[in-house]
This record gives sequence, C-alpha cells and structure tokens, in this order.
Amino acid sequence: MATHELLLLKNMSQPGYSGSLADYERAGGYQALKKVLGKIPPGDITEMVKKSGLRGRGGAGFPTGVKWSFIPKDHPGPRYLICNADESEPGTFKDRQLMERDPHQMIEGMIIAAYAIGVRTSYIYIRGEFVLGARVLERALAEAYQAGYLGKDILGTGFALDLYVHRGAGAYICGEETALLESLEGKRGLPRIKPPFPATHGLFQKPTVVNNVETLANVPHIVNRGAEWFASIGNPPKSSGTRVFCMSGHVKRPGNYEVPMGVTFREIIYDIAGGMRGDKPLKAFIPGGASAAFLMPEHLDVKLDFESVAQAGSMLGSGGITVMEEGTCMVWAAENLLHFFNHESCGKCTPCREGSSWLLQILRRIDHGKGKMEDLATLTRLCGNIAGRTVCAFGDAEIAPITSTLQYFRDEYEAHIREQRCPFRSQPAPELISVGR
Amino acid sequence: MTSAFSKAAQERIPGIIARYAEKRGALLPLLWLAQEEQGYVSEEAMKEIAGWLDLTPPQVYETVTFYTMYNRRPIGKYHIQVCRSLMCALVGTDNLLGWIHAKLGIKTGQTTPDGLFTLSQVECLGSCGTGPMMQINDDYYERLTQDKTNRVLDDVKREGKCPLATGPFMFPEPAQK
Ligand SMILES: Cc1cc2nc3c(=O)[nH]c(=O)nc-3n(C[C@H](O)[C@H](O)[C@H](O)COP(=O)(O)O)c2cc1C
Ligand code: FES
Repeated sequence: MATHELLLLKNMSQPGYSGSLADYERAGGYQALKKVLGKIPPGDITEMVKKSGLRGRGGAGFPTGVKWSFIPKDHPGPRYLICNADESEPGTFKDRQLMERDPHQMIEGMIIAAYAIGVRTSYIYIRGEFVLGARVLERALAEAYQAGYLGKDILGTGFALDLYVHRGAGAYICGEETALLESLEGKRGLPRIKPPFPATHGLFQKPTVVNNVETLANVPHIVNRGAEWFASIGNPPKSSGTRVFCMSGHVKRPGNYEVPMGVTFREIIYDIAGGMRGDKPLKAFIPGGASAAFLMPEHLDVKLDFESVAQAGSMLGSGGITVMEEGTCMVWAAENLLHFFNHESCGKCTPCREGSSWLLQILRRIDHGKGKMEDLATLTRLCGNIAGRTVCAFGDAEIAPITSTLQYFRDEYEAHIREQRCPFRSQPAPELISVGR
Repeated sequence: MTSAFSKAAQERIPGIIARYAEKRGALLPLLWLAQEEQGYVSEEAMKEIAGWLDLTPPQVYETVTFYTMYNRRPIGKYHIQVCRSLMCALVGTDNLLGWIHAKLGIKTGQTTPDGLFTLSQVECLGSCGTGPMMQINDDYYERLTQDKTNRVLDDVKREGKCPLATGPFMFPEPAQK
C-alpha cells in the first residue's frame, strides 16, 4: 500500500517529540489560531469546516460544520463547547494517544471551534481512569494560558476563552453526549430525550456543541491547509480525511494507525497491522468498536469509510477494529461484550436495563453448555424488543454483537446447545466476574 | 466540627465551584477532591459537599453511587484493576488473573491479608491494543507477561510504584532514528 501523509499522528511520530508547547510551536503549532483570530469572521470558519467534509470521529459521523451551524446566532449565551474525551468504547484507544502525546493539537482545535461558535467557556470531559491524560492536559492548558492562547484577551484580539478539564468517574454511558451533559451538571449520567438537542438546550440548558477529541484535532489542519485540501483526502465527499484506527485482537502489530479513509479492511489488517498472529485464518472482525456488528472475511475488501461499512451491515463507529482468529468462540465473544453492556446500562430505559441482563444470562447459559434450542428464538425476540426502543443508541449497540453473530454463526450457537458444551474450550469456562468498585 | 477536607483542599473549593455556571457542576470534581483526601468518599464528605453546593445529601449520594470510581469505603492500598473486556480477553486476561493469583494469592474481589492489594475486574480501560493490562491506582501497566507482572507487583509492594507504568501513551512507539 502506498505511503500517505500523517496529519494527526505526525508530530508525535517524530523522535523526541514531547507534546510540550515549545515542541508543538516548533512543529508549526498555533499558526492556525493566529491565522483565524480577529482575521477571519467566525461564520467563515464554520463554513470552511462544512466545506472540508469533516465528520465526527466519536461514533455517529455527524458533519462537524453543520453541527456548529445549528448553534443559534442570536442566543444571548452563554454557549458551550465540550470535547468528548470519555473514550470508553471497547476497542478504542486513539483519543488517549492524541491527548497524551500531542495535547496542544486538540486544544488549538478547541480554541478555533470556540471562536467559530462564540463560546467563552469550554470543558474537556475526560474519562476518570485517564489520570495521566488529565494531568497532561492540565499541564498543556497551563502552558496555553501562560502563552496567551487562552484567557481574557487571546493574542490581543479581545477574544476570551476559559478551558477546563472535567474528569468523569467511571461510566461508559457518559460518552453519549446528553449523558455527558448531565454528568457535567453533577448528576447521574442518564441520557436525555431528544429533541431538544444540545445545540439549543445543552449544558445548563444553553446552546452546546459536543465534539470528539479526534474531530477537534483535525480543525487546525483544515485551517492551515484549506477545506479543499482536506476534502481531497480519503474517500470524499462523504468520508473526507484520515482516521486513526485502533487495531486490537489477533493481529501481529496491534496499535493506532492513521490512514486515509477508504483503505480496505484487507489492507489495514494484513499490511498495516502485519496480518494474523501466527498466520491463522481470520474468523471475524469488529469494524468500529464494541457497538458495531461483527463482519466476516468476505467483507475484507470493504472500504473503511462511513458509507461502505454501513452498507456491509455494520458501522465505522469509533474506529476500533478488533480481529479474531479461527478458533475464537463467537458465543463467548458475544457474552463478553454483553457483560460489558449489562454492566454499563445506565438503567433509564426498561428494554435496555432488563434486556441486557436477560441477554447476558441466556448467552452465559449457552456458553456454559446449559442452553436450549428455544433460547435462540428468545435472543432474537429480545433483541427486536430493544432495537429502537431506548432513549439513546446504547440499546442498538448492545444487540449488535448478538444479532450479527447469530446471523453469521448460528451453527456455532446450535453446536453449543446440542453438545451441551463449548466446542472450542477443553476446560470449563472461567468465571469472569466484575465487581467494579 | 472537623472537616473531611484539609485546609489546603478547602481553599481550592471556591475556585472549582467558580468554573461552572451552576454550582452543582462542581459535584464530580469535589467528589474527586474528597477521594484524594481520604482515599474514599465518606458520608461526612458527602454532607459537606452538599453544603457547599446547596444540594441535599441524597442528591450527592445518588450521584456518587452512579459512578464506579468513587469508593464509599476504604479499600486496599493498591487497587489492581484488570480489564476483562473482549479485546484484552482475546489476548490473555485469564493468564493475567492467573499470574496475579500465583503471586498474591487473591482472586477477583479479594484483598490480600496485609490489606495492601485489592483485585477487581473492570471493563475496557482504553488500552485494547496493548493487552493484557491492568491499572494499579493511577497507573496503567500494559502488554503484560508473567515476568513483567511479577516485577510490577514486587515494585509496587516495595515502593508504591513501578517504572514499567505507561507514560504518555503511543503504540506502536515511533521508530527511533
Ligand atoms: C452509548 C454511547 C457512548 C458513546 N461514547 C462516546 C465516547 O466515548 N466518545 C465520543 O467521542 N463519543 C461517544 N459517543 C458519541 C457521542 O454521543 C457524540 O455523538 C459525539 O461525542 C459527538 O462528537 P463528534 O460529532 O465529534 O463525533 C457515544 C454515543 C453513545 C450512544
Ligand atoms: S478491552 Fe481491555 S482495555 Fe479495552
């Protein structure tokens, strides 16, 4: 595969790059901000981001400039910008790297975004477990205040912005943007019913934009090099730019890789991530974090862009690609994921709260050799009763591992039930329990 | 009345509250502060925080109990949290739990008799490409092998930390020139 230019991982790929303000500036950092503040009208920045084709990297892929343009212009304010650094989708570990290795890239993106939408107070909502990430960000923010990139009169242009780190405390659901807002308000992280949308009724009921870390990190590059340039990368017009894909599971070289959207799964699994561990055959893969439906070897030539993956029946989601080799038990894999979803269901909507626990119990029963053939129909029926019947997308996410493994590996479920044991495991299933704190 | 917060911590509180247009926004940060001070969030601390933020103690309590990272009672000095989610499980969560058991004699949910280590299994910690992994208090330990795990546990027991903790994260690390 042809080499391509790194954008987001470029600085940190230089030997010795520390992520300090000095290093970032030496690499051309904060030039975009200087180009913008007081020189380009805020509305033009939003237009530029719209034209670039940038879509959200947090999971849903909403066009970023369009999201910004929903903020009512005549609102007396305050308005808020929030960086979603909750990164809790199993399989995803890119935001952690973007924040810890090049924090100013994202901060510069946030300042430009804040300017574009007229925000004076902004928060980075970072998951509680990322203690180091929060420390790195605090240090970077202090540097940025010191250098006059944040605070009262930024670069002497009169534009003012305060930026704070706000730590979560262990709850996957707080990555969902309205649950995140509740959490920022000091409440339990229960998603809100939409509408109204955060653009008009967000944090403290004020107009609010929530964007993912990687989304915001793209903004300085768009300003520096132009919307047309950005719109020419990847697979435009629907999937412009690069993505940082997180490779995990049974590949030789797991890790974060930034590639233009539109490469194929075959390329990223076999070339970029080095192929299958031990050269075993590929059995299945998850293309976009735990909430995305499993895909099969027959999907290897699908392109990694929003539309192509959706067409294949799954989603690009968070960019977490998990690869599983032949011999991996699919019932066990689905059970593991349902353990996650059951643990993380916030409890607001009955179908999700009760359903996730029933689904988990049934999967566990089948995996442990105690399943009945009727269980398969029950699984399908339960999934159908959850899909589309919850306040947020969590409900659809939690059924994806089951519906997709049932679609592709029904025989495997049946074998578990017929033989009353897991055909892949010689010993009894280890009791993985989760006690949390 | 003695406070759950030290004098220095109390002085930080107004600044934290000022970051939010509504006081309640400061609830999570103040709970973190309380946990930093005492190792857990005591009921006294919750009541004090309620006072600071004009909330009722039950409003604070319902928030505390929603989030898994706030401890409501003291725990072992070192909290080992092993990621059990799929991506880590594919590359050996079971092995890691076995190594910890061999070394410390504890299973999930247990604390060593000396009260030093408590072992939990948790969901994805955002290091799925570098499993199996565990977090001990604030630090991440990734790509664990049995040798590495033993060394981490020895070091932590002796000194409270281990140089094998992950620094600012990047994987794969860039090639050195
Ligand atoms: C259950 C659930 C969990 C989510 N977790 C995250 C997350 O950890 N990080 C994130 O950026 N977006 C997450 N999202 C997506 C956010 O709701 C939101 O769409 C995103 O932050 C918007 O940013 P973007 O437009 O830049 O992608 C989650 C969504 C759902 C339904
Ligand atoms: S699955 Fe273990 S850190 Fe994500």
